[in-house]
Amino acid sequence: MKHDYEHYLSQTAKELQPSGIRKFFDLAASMEDVISLGVGEPDFITPWSIREATILSLEQGFTSYTANAGLLELREEITTYLATRFGVHYNPNNQIIVTIGASQAIDLAFRAILNQGDEVLIVEPAFVSYAPLVAIAGGKPVAVSTSPVNGFKVTAEQIEAAITEKTKAILLCSPNNPTGSMLTKDELTEIAEIIQKYDLIVVSDEIYAELSYDEDFCSVAAIEGMYERTILINGFSKGFAMTGWRLGFLAAPKEFFEVMLKIHQYTTMCAPNMLQRGAVEALRNTYPEVESMRNSYRRRRNYVVQTLNQMGLECHTPGGAFYVFPSIRSTGLSSEQFAEELLMQEKVAVVPGHVFGESGEGYIRCSYATSMEQLQEALKRIQRFIEKKGVYADSQSEKVNAR
Amino acid sequence: MQLSSVEIEILKIIEENHKLSVESIALMAMCSEETVRKTIEKLEYEKIIMSYPTLINWSKVEGQEGVIAMIDVKVTPKRGVGFDEVAERISRFPEVSSLYLMSGAYDLSITVEGKTMNQIAAFVSDKLSTIENVVSTTTHFMLKKYKHDGVSFNSGNDDKDRRMVVSP
Ligand SMILES: Cc1ncc(COP(=O)(O)O)c(C=O)c1O
Repeated sequence: MKHDYEHYLSQTAKELQPSGIRKFFDLAASMEDVISLGVGEPDFITPWSIREATILSLEQGFTSYTANAGLLELREEITTYLATRFGVHYNPNNQIIVTIGASQAIDLAFRAILNQGDEVLIVEPAFVSYAPLVAIAGGKPVAVSTSPVNGFKVTAEQIEAAITEKTKAILLCSPNNPTGSMLTKDELTEIAEIIQKYDLIVVSDEIYAELSYDEDFCSVAAIEGMYERTILINGFSKGFAMTGWRLGFLAAPKEFFEVMLKIHQYTTMCAPNMLQRGAVEALRNTYPEVESMRNSYRRRRNYVVQTLNQMGLECHTPGGAFYVFPSIRSTGLSSEQFAEELLMQEKVAVVPGHVFGESGEGYIRCSYATSMEQLQEALKRIQRFIEKKGVYADSQSEKVNAR
Repeated sequence: MQLSSVEIEILKIIEENHKLSVESIALMAMCSEETVRKTIEKLEYEKIIMSYPTLINWSKVEGQEGVIAMIDVKVTPKRGVGFDEVAERISRFPEVSSLYLMSGAYDLSITVEGKTMNQIAAFVSDKLSTIENVVSTTTHFMLKKYKHDGVSFNSGNDDKDRRMVVSP
């Protein structure tokens, strides 16, 4: 009998768009000697003491399940961390869940709050998972486009204009992937007014909180009136260089917590025991390492932003994360063409901006979580590439020639 | 000496990688190339930047392996000048690559590098132990270097980039 697989599959799942990142990965992975600025994760290995604590926990035989919400010891550390670093106060017993990366936390948040057809505002350019996760949870993602005019920061007006009867929540990600832009306390306060006016929930992805360079990071939950309506998401991936560990956490009022915990309990049970023990060590003792990694990223950001601007790829200075998002409009190429030709001709991998939503078209994402040697070489190659194209505007060619 | 934050930033950058060009350092520290040049000159002059050593793993180069010994030395300190005078004197020997005053069971810790074990033995018996005030020496030959000045000498597994080429 011939199977009609179309008929077997879930309509929602069928309609999901494959991630544009995947396509670029396949292309770049098939080539040798590629310098990659396409990597969305730290170039540091997890600090040794964290790895050591995990190895010890295995030696001691911590191989069982933990509480559904995570080890209490870890939840207590997370509570202390959120309070001391960001001034937001949670109860470890009924407000914190340890998750499988920030990724699972985002999924839990949407599943817990969305009913069929509820709209979620997603500030674009945005991390690739948000819209699909909203769709999987039965909601409808609605893009709010930002532009470099104000450094890709979303404004209260832009948000208000996108709100409809059906709007339930907004996803904020600051510092942002892919633009690196970071919202200041004042900017968040203005946005918070609109959010309260329309009674929305905020899902706040703060995974890059540790990687802010010019100003102190401000959590939305710390803004007056926002605590009650915020699901705060954070984790260990970026700041602690622990992407492969798949450990994140969320913090929220206990009414949200209870619903999310139910889902978490049925879908995942708990995060891996031994890795949670490593995470305790991360929060307790690795602040100097985190700071030294942050300093290293900051210096590389300064170098990359200025070098790109000098060669005529206009680029705002991002306040956080480890990405720059320069415009490639002056080359006359689409972001996809630019990324593909750059990869083929100069063996430098970057991610085309449209992958992060329509407003990302005309830009590329370059990660500077790569050694200075590699960055210098990659930028030399990018410069050679755009010079060969010979299509940039006159004023910019003068700048390059003057160097 | 009190340094400005830009000067400290420049120091940290070249401490990590002194091969970067003046131009790159200026971009990283957000200052002019002139500032970088002047700062480095000043810090060299002030002997805050002492030298730009190259760390070479000679044990990997055939015929160049050499021998390193660490020697614990007991001395009777001299009135008025303490340990400094004898330490100064020992440190002048070209064989001596480092010398520290230590607390505990002995007084000076010396690292000596030589081509052969005999060469080091000769240094200890002819030069070091004959110095007035040197009471005793204990020589330890180094068998293998695992880490030196913060740099691991193992196969460098930690330096390998194991990330995928493109990730979200
Ligand atoms: C904005 C953003 N949120 C979440 C994640 C996923 O983080 P985790 O590894 O903790 O699942 C990423 C990873 O790239 C990200 O960029």
